[in-house]
Amino acid sequence: MADVSLHGVAKSFGATEILRDINLSVEDGEFVVFVGPSGCGKSTLLRIIAGLETVSGGEIRIGSRRVNELPPADRKIAMVFQSYALYPHMTVFKNMAFGLKFAKTDKGEVDRRVRQAAEILKLTPLLDRKPRELSGGQRQRVAIGRAIVRNPSVFLFDEPLSNLDAALRVNTRLEIAKLHRDLGATMIYVTHDQVEAMTLASKIVVLNQGRIEQVGAPLELYRSPRNLFVAGFIGSPRMNFIKGQVLRVNGTGAILGFAGTEAAVEVRPDSVKPGDTVTVGIRPEHMTEGGAETASLRGTIDAVEQLGESSYVYMKLASGDDVIVRAPGETDATPGGAYTAHVPSRALHVFDAAGMSVLAGRA
Amino acid sequence: MTVRPGRIAVHIALILYTILALGPILLILINAFKTRRAIFADPLGLPNGQTFTTIGFDRVFANSDFGLYFLNSLTVTVVSLVLIVLIGAMAAWALTEYRFRGNTLIGLYLAVGIMVPIRLGSVSILRMMVELDLVNTLTALILVYVAQGLPLAILILGEFIQQIPKDLRDAARCDGVSEYRIFGSIILPLISPAIATVAVFTMVPVWNDLWFPLILAPGDGKQTITLGVQQFIGQYVTDWNAVLASLTLAVAPVLVLYLLFSRYLVRGLTAGAVK
Repeated sequence: MADVSLHGVAKSFGATEILRDINLSVEDGEFVVFVGPSGCGKSTLLRIIAGLETVSGGEIRIGSRRVNELPPADRKIAMVFQSYALYPHMTVFKNMAFGLKFAKTDKGEVDRRVRQAAEILKLTPLLDRKPRELSGGQRQRVAIGRAIVRNPSVFLFDEPLSNLDAALRVNTRLEIAKLHRDLGATMIYVTHDQVEAMTLASKIVVLNQGRIEQVGAPLELYRSPRNLFVAGFIGSPRMNFIKGQVLRVNGTGAILGFAGTEAAVEVRPDSVKPGDTVTVGIRPEHMTEGGAETASLRGTIDAVEQLGESSYVYMKLASGDDVIVRAPGETDATPGGAYTAHVPSRALHVFDAAGMSVLAGRA
Repeated sequence: MTVRPGRIAVHIALILYTILALGPILLILINAFKTRRAIFADPLGLPNGQTFTTIGFDRVFANSDFGLYFLNSLTVTVVSLVLIVLIGAMAAWALTEYRFRGNTLIGLYLAVGIMVPIRLGSVSILRMMVELDLVNTLTALILVYVAQGLPLAILILGEFIQQIPKDLRDAARCDGVSEYRIFGSIILPLISPAIATVAVFTMVPVWNDLWFPLILAPGDGKQTITLGVQQFIGQYVTDWNAVLASLTLAVAPVLVLYLLFSRYLVRGLTAGAVK
């Protein structure tokens, strides 16, 4: 088992900067998810930890060792690829045993470890099959099995569920979570799907344009996004953003005006002054059809999506902003009608012109 | 069910081409077993009780070192083939997998090798072989054939290696497999259809070549089979029985190898075509 730490890691391909100044520490046994839009550098970062890419600057440590110069095999890592990357001409057994063969493990030990991993992943009946005879889910399990038999300190997953269909994805997600509990190994997982990130991670790292936007536990990111990007990325449907203005400031209390309503929030001292333009963020699930001590947003309904347990109401405010509200399943909202949503002021997120949160307690 | 006229036309064209391609070989085979008189009287006829003879084969074995020539051809072909496939696959792997200075330049240099026929350099090659004291050795032929076969082999194999997903190599690297092992245990098995294709494409011209054996190794018992056959073709008299018999014997191994590789060959050709 081992912890992983990155110090000032940078990577560029020619003149293009992919990653800059990445500082991150992953504790032993943690499940860390790198999440971000495509092209944000998350896969590159994973491949750097694996040793498949070299860094342009900075240091990578796994356990107590600096591993910058070590080849992947000597880093005690195992990687699971999005494309499974099974050797097509070998049986499941040989696929899993292939790496061990070159690590000079004796035959009985190889056999024992492969069978044990197959047992965990329910692959025992498939050991003599070739990858082309397996379904997508089975292939993915073989790829995970191949990682397990190496008994690595750190597991690296590169979008392992992207090629699976929706139902299988949920299943495999649960299996990976269970695997993490059983093995207790450090796992680093890359995905662009924020649901996977929220459900699996003990710590999420949000990446954007080669930089870390925020690091934290899933709910921490959900409750206290540090900036506009994280606020918009975590949560589904996406957080609503409405332009607003700071009307009055009194110490740490500020009164905001937005979309024809007012609300009081706690801000960091000196973070805003009257007249500043701010962006107010409200999650669709935090708006209700009624309630006291709240700001109210009034508008007309563009569309209603009924999902059964809830409905999404798309409405246009008088100020021109588009807003999604998560209403109860049994809503009587209809397109073209008027709608009023209420927002408790503690559910508001406020960001300054640079996109950083100004609320108290958000560093 | 109606058959479209287009399909019929295609089949007719293919059948005609097959006859054209196989005809000469069939002619050699049937006439090798006929008397000299029958060869000229009825070249298209099958051998029968009256015309059947194996005199050509008898003469080939009696009057020439056929076994030696055959062995020479076989040695040259097999050694060239092994070297071309091995060096070609390794070079293709290096050129596609590793980015290094001069990578593109070497690729272009090899492409030129495909376009310029090696025979243009015959005089220089001969001079070089004389300098190296390699005239009348099989080594001279092998060296020339390897040089001749490599560019195309590298091109075809490189194309195939590029189609192998990069993740496979990365997975192997994470598994702690050395670069040589990745090449040997993963890349080579996966490009075996391409190797069969390259093998057939290189083998046939090497086996059939007359030019280089004639100028580089015409004597000292180093003649190849195509050169050996020439001794039966005289300026005034040609021993057709012997010529046809030795040609029949010369065709056999190519045919056998072709049949062995053909299953892979079709796969290799189509795989290359679709992508």
